[in-house]
Amino acid sequence: MSTATATSAPEQKKDAPLGGRFVGAAANYIDERTSISGLVKELGRKIFPDHWSFMLGEIALWSFVVVLLSGTFLTFFFQASMVETHYDGSYPLMRGVAMSAALDSTLNISFDLRGGLLVRQIHHWAALVFVAGIGVHMLRVFFTGAFRKPRELNWVIGFVLFVLAMGEGFTGYSLPDDLLSGNGLRIIDGMIKGIPLIGTWTSFLLFGGEFPGDAIVGRLYTLHILLLPAILVALLALHLVLMIINKHTQFAGPARTNSNVVGYPMLPVYASKMGGFFFLTFGVIVLIASLFTINPIWNYGPYDPSPVSAGTQPDWYIGFADGALRLVPPGWEFVWLDRTWSFNIIVPLVVLVLFILLVAIYPFIEAWITGDKREHHIAQRPRNAATRTAIGVAGVIFYATLWAAASSDLIATHFMLSMEGVIHFLQFTLILGPVIGYFVAKRIAIALQKKDREVVLHGYESGRIVRLPGGEYIEVHQPVDQYDRWKLIDAETYEPYVPRPNAKGNIPWHRNLRAAISRWFFEDRLTPLTQAEIAAADAHQHHSLDHMDEEEAAEIAGADQRAAEDGRPVNAVGEKASAEWPSPKALNEANETDEGDAPRA
Amino acid sequence: MAHDVDPLEHERASWKPSSGLAVEVSDPAVNPGLPPHRERITDKDPAAMQRAVRTVYTLFYLSVAASIWAVVAYMVFPLDGTLAAVHNNSMFVGLGIAFALLAIGIGAIHWSKAVMSDKEYIEPRHATRGRDTTREGAIAVFEAANEESGFGRRAMIRNSLIAAVVASVIPGITLFRGLAPEGENPVELLEHTMWKKGMRLALDPTGRPIKASEVTLGSAFHVIPEELAKLSHHEGYLEEKAKAIVLLMRLPQEDLIEAEDRKSWSYDGIVAYSKVCTHVGCPVALYEQLTHHLLCPCHQSQFDVADGAKVIFGPAARPLPQLPITVDDEGYLVAQSDFTEPVGPSFWERH
Amino acid sequence: MARFKKHRQSGRRSPLAAAALIGIGLLITGGVYAGASAAVAATSETEPAASTLTVEDGQKLFQANCATCHGLDLQGTDAGPSLYGVGELAVHFQVSTGRMPLQAQAPQAPQKPVQFTDEQIEALASYVQAVAPGPAYPASEVLDGEGDLAAGAELFRINCAMCHNVAGAGGALTEGKYAPNLHHTTALNMYAAMVTGPQNMPVFNDMNLTLEDKRDIISALLWMQENPSPGGYALGSLGPVAEGLFIWIFGIGTLIAVTVWITAKSN
Repeated sequence: MSTATATSAPEQKKDAPLGGRFVGAAANYIDERTSISGLVKELGRKIFPDHWSFMLGEIALWSFVVVLLSGTFLTFFFQASMVETHYDGSYPLMRGVAMSAALDSTLNISFDLRGGLLVRQIHHWAALVFVAGIGVHMLRVFFTGAFRKPRELNWVIGFVLFVLAMGEGFTGYSLPDDLLSGNGLRIIDGMIKGIPLIGTWTSFLLFGGEFPGDAIVGRLYTLHILLLPAILVALLALHLVLMIINKHTQFAGPARTNSNVVGYPMLPVYASKMGGFFFLTFGVIVLIASLFTINPIWNYGPYDPSPVSAGTQPDWYIGFADGALRLVPPGWEFVWLDRTWSFNIIVPLVVLVLFILLVAIYPFIEAWITGDKREHHIAQRPRNAATRTAIGVAGVIFYATLWAAASSDLIATHFMLSMEGVIHFLQFTLILGPVIGYFVAKRIAIALQKKDREVVLHGYESGRIVRLPGGEYIEVHQPVDQYDRWKLIDAETYEPYVPRPNAKGNIPWHRNLRAAISRWFFEDRLTPLTQAEIAAADAHQHHSLDHMDEEEAAEIAGADQRAAEDGRPVNAVGEKASAEWPSPKALNEANETDEGDAPRA
Repeated sequence: MAHDVDPLEHERASWKPSSGLAVEVSDPAVNPGLPPHRERITDKDPAAMQRAVRTVYTLFYLSVAASIWAVVAYMVFPLDGTLAAVHNNSMFVGLGIAFALLAIGIGAIHWSKAVMSDKEYIEPRHATRGRDTTREGAIAVFEAANEESGFGRRAMIRNSLIAAVVASVIPGITLFRGLAPEGENPVELLEHTMWKKGMRLALDPTGRPIKASEVTLGSAFHVIPEELAKLSHHEGYLEEKAKAIVLLMRLPQEDLIEAEDRKSWSYDGIVAYSKVCTHVGCPVALYEQLTHHLLCPCHQSQFDVADGAKVIFGPAARPLPQLPITVDDEGYLVAQSDFTEPVGPSFWERH
Repeated sequence: MARFKKHRQSGRRSPLAAAALIGIGLLITGGVYAGASAAVAATSETEPAASTLTVEDGQKLFQANCATCHGLDLQGTDAGPSLYGVGELAVHFQVSTGRMPLQAQAPQAPQKPVQFTDEQIEALASYVQAVAPGPAYPASEVLDGEGDLAAGAELFRINCAMCHNVAGAGGALTEGKYAPNLHHTTALNMYAAMVTGPQNMPVFNDMNLTLEDKRDIISALLWMQENPSPGGYALGSLGPVAEGLFIWIFGIGTLIAVTVWITAKSN
């Protein structure tokens, strides 16, 4: 293999360093200047737990990388200026049209730069995937209770990242200054103007004067490529560092406890899986971008306050805000004290801000209710936290209704309904949907808990029907193997808070409140399983299964005996029957000669 | 928790966090421990392992081929001014890149699943909370710093420092006043549009003035002030247009319900309304000829042209402002004055 | 074990299976053919064909198919408006898109399979035009598609896109009405719609949109019909809603499927 070398490598034990002389020398060079060997030792074989739902955050992470890469390419060609120019590129329907340099450069990227349209589409599709990835990741973290101590701060950081991502998306698609995004800016301007006290001046400051002005695209560009990404990258780094320090949560399973991590090491398995997933995410996005149009700004043309397109919607992640505006009934505005109070704008804004705030502070609410100050590193199955899951479902329905409302006109045309009917239905659903969803989800979660308990104690229904000697039919329940069974056992149960009077004999109002809320949270629950119960159930199961096995063996022995007496082939249990059957011709003859029924086999 | 074998018990000796409302189970279920390792086909059968390895590097080499294809496509599908060329270039380069990336990804995953060891490891967690000794050390750091600087007891220094740092930020924030132009009052700007007495109604975007006789029943004309068409972008074309756009329609006179003081604002059944939605400012451009309803496509506010453009559905709260019109002596439609109220979305100072 | 009964010895498949398979195949083929021919019939449209049918034939057709609602003398009834002055253009538009004869009352007359041949449509049109003249067919130049594309697209955005969408994908109106998509509309019907203002569409007379303007708009629309999006499949040109739906179902769906594959234990 390798021979001894004359260079002064740090280790004299091996003949050649790992990876060869060059790699060894390079590693030495760097380590002598950066202490990197410490990091490698600490993190190189770090264990990560394995579950598909733990990779949802990576969808967001890798699509963000794609957004950064494609966006950087675009910055070399895009001009974020509203200076008026006339288009003279390849697209005939825009030729000679007056437009801003922003739209002009976007059209040039699309039609007169090889790969330009591809990269534009990669960038925009990746942005949609990015925000969607954050959404599914956030839902996973919520429904598994992975936001509990010590990860509350990471939840808040992640939440801020979500808002930043939406901001990035909005500023990004407004850059080309086309009709669709321009109308979106018009709507934002109208909303800002409706804010009491500061609205008019805020709009004036934002647009640098009257709407639309000639400053907004440049300012959004500064936000989009400098400020927002910088904050985003910094918070993302913090988010990941916290995840490394806290280590990832894991689902309950064999050998998994609250004090360990069970899984595969970073090098080589996770590095390969994460790296592979990066390439797959990138590849899927590029595949979609090669085949499907997104944001065809050439159809929209330059922003002008006069034209508008049917089907004017923002990108999907802003849809919930647009939908909130659409669901407000008419007339919610009045003049009082010489000022206009636009509740048709204030109410949606307040509702959305409250909703967002509730999501952001949820971990602290739950921590206050449970008073549990221990660290939690086991991810809960959603069914085992029934009230939290039900709250989450209610929140999702609320969000989804607002989101659906943004496409109310398209729902009307595509399902041949009236837009008024769609809007009224969604108004109704906005209020009642979360309530109904809450109750249904909670009941389903509790039912699933009961089913799990059933399976743990009594086994699963195997589909094998047995007829007992007395004539009754039963379905045999097979026990689940001990490793899978462990996953079905819920280790964490809480009970409602029972307040006690203090020294003065009173119960403060906030303790009463906590008691009431904790009752709501934890009243419907299953009592925790004890090992004794499990052992007893095990014993009982084995007993009845053994009993059945005995009966079965007795039946088969009897049948075999009768077969042997008749001279028919004997089938040993578990073996295939091998016998010589008569040929079809012979069987036919037997049938035709009608010798009567053959003896019962 | 009681039976949990906690290897880090010693680290947590002094730290017993409250478990709050958690139920303590005296005899909890016992963790069965790691199941025995189940061998994969590639572990049992060396030929299968070889096949897996071959699959992995074949995928990687295919990826190289796809990348080369992407570069070839870049050259072989140039742009020639037609849309078809753009489509071909975009699609073939994109597919090449996509397959190159997907092949690397699939190869890497297959490598990690089928070839790399799938032995599970157990790693203990450390308590996130620092050890007591560490925390005491941290406190000692601050104590020493406090002692040496007097930060704690020298209230004057401390408070004035905080005040100074906070104050130092304010000038920077003040600079951002420059985002908006000086000497312009947004409320005044919002209260007036370009329309003036005698200004002709003209077609958008050409600026050709419109005669009353041209507006037949069932028409919808998209209107701007005649002067607007002469403005250039840096003279404020879009800013004026954003307030001045008007929709001109003709209804049978008998269908029009008009307030007493507005009877003179229409001309022979021809009415002109601001096209800027009073909700949040989109152009209310959808005119339904038979129902004489105006629909805004953004949030579905609806206005009844026959009845003062009042709101009949949707989140808008105010009717569209009406432009008083008449004809001049050549028969062209002209404005009698500016709008009598601010157009467009509501704002705080509007009354 | 099992008794040997008087039983067929063929395989597990029932002999009826073959019959069922043929039946299903016939149904599918027939259905596809019917659908295709309906689609073809609905879209097959050209310039007014040279007609061998006369105005009298048109009158007979009218009396048989239209007079119930529109009156024998075109005067209108409770069920349908008067056709005085609608002209051959309106007749061509309504009948060649299948909107007329109307089958049921609805928020608006939908397009459906065309019920008459081109010649019959021309006969009907010339009859109505003869009884009470109205808007007539334009000069062929207006429909030639050689107008100013950029000007036409701009006029389309200002006058038409708010209902029909910038790419002609259609849009919603109030109370269940809608502006249809324009992906398969003929040049003549584009002109006819602008001039006659069918149902709730406004009328665009020649003072609002001159003949040159109309020619430009028609040219732009025809160009859009003939030139599919260079970015790939357009997802109906419906904008961010379609894009969002697509990325959630196929983008996130695919990526989640990939994560399940990645973390599944290899066998």
